[in-house]
Amino acid sequence: MSKPEFVYVVYIHSTPAKIWDALQNPEMTKEFWGRRRNRSDWKIGSQWRHENYDDATEVAVIGTIVESDPPRRLVLTWTHPNDAAPDAVSRVSFDIEEYKGSARLTVTHTDLSPEMLRAISTGWPAVLSSLKTLLETGASLPMTRQNWKKAG
Amino acid sequence: MNTGNFKPAIIYTIYVASTPERVWEALTSAEFSRKYFFGNAVEVDQRIGGAYVVRQADGALHISGVVIECDPPRKLSFTFNVNWPELIEKLGPTLVTYEIEAAGDAVKLTMTESHDRPLDEDILSGGRQGWPAILSSLKSLLETGEPLVVKMAPPQRMLAALKRMGIKTP
Repeated sequence: MSKPEFVYVVYIHSTPAKIWDALQNPEMTKEFWGRRRNRSDWKIGSQWRHENYDDATEVAVIGTIVESDPPRRLVLTWTHPNDAAPDAVSRVSFDIEEYKGSARLTVTHTDLSPEMLRAISTGWPAVLSSLKTLLETGASLPMTRQNWKKAG
Repeated sequence: MNTGNFKPAIIYTIYVASTPERVWEALTSAEFSRKYFFGNAVEVDQRIGGAYVVRQADGALHISGVVIECDPPRKLSFTFNVNWPELIEKLGPTLVTYEIEAAGDAVKLTMTESHDRPLDEDILSGGRQGWPAILSSLKSLLETGEPLVVKMAPPQRMLAALKRMGIKTP
């Protein structure tokens, strides 16, 4: 039996380039992703870190860049820094398309343990809803601007 | 109708910078729904057993059902059956539940689509395509005053599956 996956689709009145930038530009990311930033040189094979914007030593998630085709597709591996078990690595794909005057963002999170599935099923809708609010109104959802202590 | 044997097939959660009352109104009013629901107008008689109806822009009946639970502005559950011949006989009714919770200054809206039997992914693909578009547009309408008019292509995979089952679609 294959491992569960989580797929989230959201339509945003914005452009693929702006959505791509929001995922990588720390000034944007911290606004909708619990005051965290994504740090990488974004080259294929490079490491990626999801860390506290105010404290780079506090790292919630790490992984590697598997695919990068700006602004259309970004694929990362995803694991918690203290998890050494091989099945603790999952994979996240961001697919960003223009769709009839707007943009469609599809996040696919695969290779999930049941615990991870529960955690990210709550996390992704909040993060991505807030990204949409930020791009469409200029301000994110306030509850997503606060530092989240828990990983994921 | 006994809904105890219905199981969730599609769950979609979205957070909206609005109030539960405004989200409830958007989900149940013809004026709002025309804007975000592809021009279709929702009419709900907000009591258990009341009619839930969706009419197309030309007034034709598109979807009909019955309210199962109504607890404004927290929870609304209703049957939601597209008006195509033999659909209910062959696929069973569709149950839709909206749950609306305050989440900080925002609202957490969860849509659950449930069925009384397992359905092929080809059949479910219509809802998987439609719900994010409808609810993304509702969110944009409440947050910016403008819906996100996603001109959706018809769900070809679902329509092909219905045709294979002998269900006539427009």
